[in-house]
Amino acid sequence: MSIKQKKYLKKIKQTNRIILFIQLLIIFAFILLWEILSNKNIINPFIFSKPTLILKTIKNLFCNFNLINHILTTLYELLITFSLGIFLGFIIALLLYNFKLLSKIIEPFLTMLNSLPKVALGPIIIIWVGANTKSIIVMALLINLIINIITIYNGFVSTDNNKINLLKTLKASKRQIIFKLIIPNSFVTLISSLKLNISMSLIGLLPPVGEKTFFNKCYSRY
Amino acid sequence: MKNKVLTISNLSKSYNTKDGEIEAIKNISLDVYKGDFIAIVGTSGCGKSSLLNILAGLDNDYEGYYKFSDNNLISYMFQTDCLFDFLTIYDNCKLGLNINNIKDYSYVDSLLKLYNLEEFKNKKPSSLSGGMRQRVALIRTLALKPDVLLLDEPFSALDYQTRVAISNDVYNMIKQEKKTAIMVTHDISEALSLANKIIVLSKRPCTIKKVYNINLGNNPLERRESKNFSKYHQMIWKDLDINVN
Repeated sequence: MSIKQKKYLKKIKQTNRIILFIQLLIIFAFILLWEILSNKNIINPFIFSKPTLILKTIKNLFCNFNLINHILTTLYELLITFSLGIFLGFIIALLLYNFKLLSKIIEPFLTMLNSLPKVALGPIIIIWVGANTKSIIVMALLINLIINIITIYNGFVSTDNNKINLLKTLKASKRQIIFKLIIPNSFVTLISSLKLNISMSLIGLLPPVGEKTFFNKCYSRY
Repeated sequence: MKNKVLTISNLSKSYNTKDGEIEAIKNISLDVYKGDFIAIVGTSGCGKSSLLNILAGLDNDYEGYYKFSDNNLISYMFQTDCLFDFLTIYDNCKLGLNINNIKDYSYVDSLLKLYNLEEFKNKKPSSLSGGMRQRVALIRTLALKPDVLLLDEPFSALDYQTRVAISNDVYNMIKQEKKTAIMVTHDISEALSLANKIIVLSKRPCTIKKVYNINLGNNPLERRESKNFSKYHQMIWKDLDINVN
């Protein structure tokens, strides 16, 4: 390796280290500022809490053998909503892609459902499904599913038409076009949908506003 | 006597839009023989790509008739290379073979070697230059050993030098393998350097305005240096009746 190349690689490493250091510094400064402002009562610790209080709660939960239990419950719900959201989103997007008329009919309803404040449906979901883990999963699914469908569908339809025509000229069947082009071509969109899905699922896992006391297993997490 | 590979008879095509019906192709009739390199020249938007899409079987909404001879395999090369970025160069080349469940890749291997792309075969298309990508597209087009090649301005996305080099490759391959090619282009020089027959189309709706039988030389470079090259160029330019405002 030439000296110039070595210098170039060293420079990249150095820049990455600086970026990481500044990022960690920002987190540390934020936590420190939060603690100071809370201690000085500039922000209300009752509303905003403070890092040391959070650490204390984590320690107490751990000592009472509750922390792992709550983490596992959240992870279980997250896993179910995440998998269901992606699976159903993918299947529905694929259906819409295959049936253009159906997609034209459904599109305005998807946009409408997407703009709906789903958290407001919390009480209705509790009445429908019951005050249990199921209602949390339904809520989280409601929040992430529509976005998943829209994101994955947009990934499918953005496939270059020339590439579809190329496969047609190579005598590819509709199934081959979907599995050899449409799906792998939308991989980047699928990954971004997965990222979005995790955060959306976590939002959905928050117990419906005002109803958290119903949840004997999860409420203390918040 | 040459074998006829394609017959086109009174082919017409129109598009329905909200503003009315637009006629793209009107009564085109043409016979193509084995070994022909036909260039269809027309102004942008005249309907030449529509004609090629019909011949490739991508558009079945037309009037009239066309027929390829029995057992003739058709391959289409597009304006862009249409390489799949998520596949390796090798997998891109084998695409048509895999779709048709053909497991013999020896011809693809030999073409990769011929075009000096063997060392790149496990890389992704993003690591190749425009000219190399177009060569990969050419290998993919040839992998199924087609009898007739449909070329839709296949060099238009390339710079001049690469275009000349690639068109040379295409010409040599077509002549060596005794293939038949139908190319649409708006580039008169490209048509003159490659084709043995040039069909000039009128403006939309396109009809056949004139047919030129060309004999300028044995390869694209020789043809470009021929004395009659510019004479033909001027004649076709006049036929196209291009007004630049």
